[in-house]
Amino acid sequence: MPLLELRGVSLAFGGLAVVSELDLHVDEGEIVSVIGPNGAGKTTLFNLITGIYRPQAGDILFDGRSIVGLEPHEICRRGISRTFQTLRLFLNMSVKENVMAAAYGHTRAGVFRSMLRTPGMRREEREIAALAQEKLAFFGGRLMGYRWDQPAYSLSYANRRRLEIARATATNARLLLLDEPAAGMNPAETHEITELIGKLRTEGGYTILVIEHDMHVVEGISDRVVALDHGVKIAEGSFDEVATNEKVVEAYLGLNTMASK
Amino acid sequence: MSDSTPHSSHIPAEGPAVGQDEWVARHAERRIMREGLLGTVEERLRLVPWWAWLVLFLAAFSLLPVFEHSGYVRRVAFDTVLYMLLALGLNVVVGWGGLLDLGYVAFYGIGAYAYAILDSTKFGYHLPTLVSVPLVVVIGAVAGLLLGLPSRRLSGDYLAIVTLFFLQLFQTITTNGDSAFGHDLTGGPNGILNVDPFHLFGHDLAVEHGGVFAVSYLYVALGFFAVVFVALRFVNESRTGRAWRSLREDPLAAEAMGMPVNWLKLMSFSFGAAVAALTGTLFAALNASVFPLTFYFVLLITVYTMVILGGAGSQAGVVAGALIIGPLLELLRDASKSRVIFFVTLVGALALASRRSRAMALVALSTLVLGFVVHAIAGAIHSDWVAGEHQPGFAGFADHWVVAPAHLASWITPTTYLGVIAAALLCTLLRGLPRLVALVPTLYLGAFVWENVMLAKPEPARFIVLGLILICLMILRPNGLLGERRVEIV
Repeated sequence: MPLLELRGVSLAFGGLAVVSELDLHVDEGEIVSVIGPNGAGKTTLFNLITGIYRPQAGDILFDGRSIVGLEPHEICRRGISRTFQTLRLFLNMSVKENVMAAAYGHTRAGVFRSMLRTPGMRREEREIAALAQEKLAFFGGRLMGYRWDQPAYSLSYANRRRLEIARATATNARLLLLDEPAAGMNPAETHEITELIGKLRTEGGYTILVIEHDMHVVEGISDRVVALDHGVKIAEGSFDEVATNEKVVEAYLGLNTMASK
Repeated sequence: MSDSTPHSSHIPAEGPAVGQDEWVARHAERRIMREGLLGTVEERLRLVPWWAWLVLFLAAFSLLPVFEHSGYVRRVAFDTVLYMLLALGLNVVVGWGGLLDLGYVAFYGIGAYAYAILDSTKFGYHLPTLVSVPLVVVIGAVAGLLLGLPSRRLSGDYLAIVTLFFLQLFQTITTNGDSAFGHDLTGGPNGILNVDPFHLFGHDLAVEHGGVFAVSYLYVALGFFAVVFVALRFVNESRTGRAWRSLREDPLAAEAMGMPVNWLKLMSFSFGAAVAALTGTLFAALNASVFPLTFYFVLLITVYTMVILGGAGSQAGVVAGALIIGPLLELLRDASKSRVIFFVTLVGALALASRRSRAMALVALSTLVLGFVVHAIAGAIHSDWVAGEHQPGFAGFADHWVVAPAHLASWITPTTYLGVIAAALLCTLLRGLPRLVALVPTLYLGAFVWENVMLAKPEPARFIVLGLILICLMILRPNGLLGERRVEIV
């Protein structure tokens, strides 16, 4: 049974079909890449899975159960977490607090227990802090030490992308949706992120669905590649199969541009 | 590691390279500190924990009645504690939740009215204070939830409109509540009178002792303040507080990270409302009466000013805001003190501006000279022109500086008023030397309007001075006195 399964999912904004009749599955422990030109519906796909949009047709199953109609925070608690293409950090909170905040869904100290600082609440706070340190330590020295107490806005662009991934993992998710994790990074950082995604699977045990434009990254990490164009799946398979697929080449470069001239 | 990398002087040449873990670990050595004693003091002060500051503050505040026997001053101190409580409550909604709640003072009113209904001769319930106060807090919290329900999907401007409507609704209901379904519930515009004082440990808390404001309410209010401050502080440092601030920063990301945004908004409203309602009980018990118009725009704007001036999001900040604005509004009632504050603000603003350019100092000097020259000329032409009465405070100086005619012709008030506004606007349009030249008569005209027109009407004038001070402070510190640095988009 796949961990995530989309069956005939469709969404239209007004008369514009953004995603139509999409079937997709991600198995446990797999890294699947979604590629496609701008406007192909990749980020919309993520918004559908995480419950920000509701599909007009079709079903989305996570771990065998339908998640259609659930609020985004409920879907997150089921075990799906994400990063955003346009970074959405809590900029005026500290690095550590950004990660600690994401533990909300799987912790339970209520407001009144917090006011009284009961022993149970304090124990939970220590656990959350330890969890945050563990998640930040995943990135080596990048997000360590004094940076924990720095506001997130003081981080460099690449570190912000790392912090978003750290925050996503702190929700205790099983499936990570990474929206262009290498966007805006230099070649060295891109290489680093490629290794990191592999490490997230081997050491973190996460299943990963990733949107990426950098074909070196896609080639480096993917077990399977899905190509979208105008909301329709045009190809699926290994990187080499998809990269040489006629429809994919056409979607990126246009139809017979050389021949028609 | 590249040994050829140039290092700045205070990092040893053999030190770790930028970006390495060791480099990060040794960040303390690279911190830029203030030089000398000031830096050491600053560093030490940073180590003092928040609760120590709170205890110090409470102790200092409690000692006030020991040194100050004036009932008026004690009363102002009590009102300031009420403002501090209101600011703490609003900080939950605005500073942490990031929700623009313009109906906030309605909850203060709900608390005051609820206490008045439960403990007065109007209905004759006379509940014990230890029952009615917690009950009123619960009523406030529930009212906050009820307002939150229709508003939870709104944000920004839309939320502001709905909450503003709620404040208006509260006004309408309390003002017309004397004939609600044939019953008198709120006393209408005449309010509810004969509200009971607090009754604690077998004693009625007296408001006055021999005509002087008694301090018991001040201590009760300080006690409430301490409890509210600590409780909210603890909530802020818990998962709920982090979720509130995440919601303020980015609601969509907060929702996607597993935080139930709608519920958190409701809680934030409810907490702010509960604190406001608690403050309302103090207000009603002390004044022994409640009227609808107490809980209206002027109070709303005053509390917002405190929160924004002090630094929304920082508890110490909003308390500082209340500590400054509360007494300031009182001082500005008195024309002589109000004049001192006006001129000190003006000179202070010029002094701050002149730190950047010597030209501003020259402007200040020129204005001074201009004043004495104009005064001398006016006095030489006709003695009536300078025969007007000056309020005390800076007396002697102002008498020879600002022209004050004995009789103001009716056209002078509107002309100079509009003139000073036009001149100030002109100054913002000009650049360089023309601006500096234009500033001199503008400042003098401003002083003239202040002395002759505004001091005659202290009530609107005090809010204008408050506005001036706010503008100056917001330019200097856009995030409030103790507010953290904020960024919207980077």
